[in-house]
Amino acid sequence: MSYFGDIYRGIKTLLTGMSVTGKYFLHSRKGAITQQYPDNRDTLKMFDRFRGEVVMPHNENNEHRCTGCQKCELACPNGSIEIIWDRQIDPESGKKKKMIDQHIYHLGMCTMCGLCIEACPTDAILWAQNFENSVYNRAYLTKVLNKPGSKLMPGVEE
Amino acid sequence: MDTTTIKSNFKSEEYFINMGPQHPATHGVLRLLLTIDGEIIKKVEPDLGYIHRSIEKMCERDSYQQIVHLTDRMDYLSSHINNEAVCLTVENALQLEIPERVKVIRTILGELTRLASHQLWWGVMGMDVGALTTYFYGFRDRELINDIFEETCGARLTMNYNIPGGLMFDIHPNFVQRTKDFITHFKTKLPEYDRLLTGNVIFQKRMKGVGILSKEDAISFGASGPVGRGSGYSCDVRKHHPYSAYNQVTFNEVLKTEGDSLARYQVRIEEMWESMAIIEQLIDNIPEGEYKVATNAVIKLPKGEFYQKVETARGELGVYINSTGTKNPYRLKFRSPGFSNLSLLNHIAVGGKIGDLVASMATLDLVIPDIDR
Repeated sequence: MSYFGDIYRGIKTLLTGMSVTGKYFLHSRKGAITQQYPDNRDTLKMFDRFRGEVVMPHNENNEHRCTGCQKCELACPNGSIEIIWDRQIDPESGKKKKMIDQHIYHLGMCTMCGLCIEACPTDAILWAQNFENSVYNRAYLTKVLNKPGSKLMPGVEE
Repeated sequence: MDTTTIKSNFKSEEYFINMGPQHPATHGVLRLLLTIDGEIIKKVEPDLGYIHRSIEKMCERDSYQQIVHLTDRMDYLSSHINNEAVCLTVENALQLEIPERVKVIRTILGELTRLASHQLWWGVMGMDVGALTTYFYGFRDRELINDIFEETCGARLTMNYNIPGGLMFDIHPNFVQRTKDFITHFKTKLPEYDRLLTGNVIFQKRMKGVGILSKEDAISFGASGPVGRGSGYSCDVRKHHPYSAYNQVTFNEVLKTEGDSLARYQVRIEEMWESMAIIEQLIDNIPEGEYKVATNAVIKLPKGEFYQKVETARGELGVYINSTGTKNPYRLKFRSPGFSNLSLLNHIAVGGKIGDLVASMATLDLVIPDIDR
């Protein structure tokens, strides 16, 4: 008797489960969270705080806010940031001042922890929301964040 | 040939078989050396080290702020709680007074992490025992929590949102509304989990009486989390040694006495209800205030030993810091829940079939990076 009881219970629970899946089968569009990723690239917007990659914004005069204090380099846990700097004569004051030559960012080593951006006293580096970071050559992942010929924005002090 | 010759030709003997390191049911690179007689398991030897990254050694090199982001990579399904564990240890050592706002936000995020972890576990455990649909349903609901995390913390898996002294930045204005929406949504979905899988006769037969762990063995193997509680061992750190805002909320510690795979499954399902209850108690009255207290740029802990334990989604995570007064720890040790829970696998699997081993492993909810570190 319990043999047939088992079969009965088995079919009953199977139908209970199928009522759940059947509901979604019939209302497949309702509550669907699937993103049609490569097709929705034009409308896809990441959240403002999303950590894609570190960037250094420049204004229209090709000026950035990095003073070369190296706090981001110290804060980075895995050496993703290297700053090559030099003391150059500041045209305004005529004194020698620390200036960055290259702000090198190794995207391939970055763990997106956000400590560099927290450490930056002048908000020179920020998160960009670009997440399509794949490249054909590993060397492309090493980026120089300051643009060629760029200068420090006047008035930015540590 | 007569029957006796056939019998002598087919000798029964034990043999080895490798399960993993790439077996889908092991959820990561865990290699199990099985000694089998026919299909009966005689011995299970876990072989670790395939993704050992020497996190504890790297912690000795890093400053206390930098250690936090490494703990994301241990048990990646409860990264908020791991971060919190390190932050609490450092804060206790420095005797920092943490604002109430931070405590409440940390608790809410911790419970959301627990929910997300249990949803993923439910999905993959159903898949382990042959119910593929659960995988999609579990991930569907987890996606909403990931969105909450992404909006507030900036990342979906390795958040690194807690810092010693508070939070990296304040919660997003949408956080409260999104969390409430998620709770209302998930309250209608969790009963579906039960209807789809829990009541199913095939699933019950697969789980009931499989991988039995007695309370005494759970204690002696150091089991914690849902594995310990499924055997009736009251081991919830949130209840016994409350940290953050857990002393402000009322919740039940889910205990089952059967100790089999089904009991561990039911503990986790009921824990999801409890987590939602905790979030509901806190979400409406997040206190105003600072989201962090100022710490020195270079944190130096006083000389001595410091220990703090928290309840992750898998069990008790302990952080032990031995400091000599410098900016790096002299030694940092993690007591990870997965390692202890894996150690009892041999005990509960011996005598069962290979299919039972898969079912018991699924309910142990192992995360291999947590074990290997």
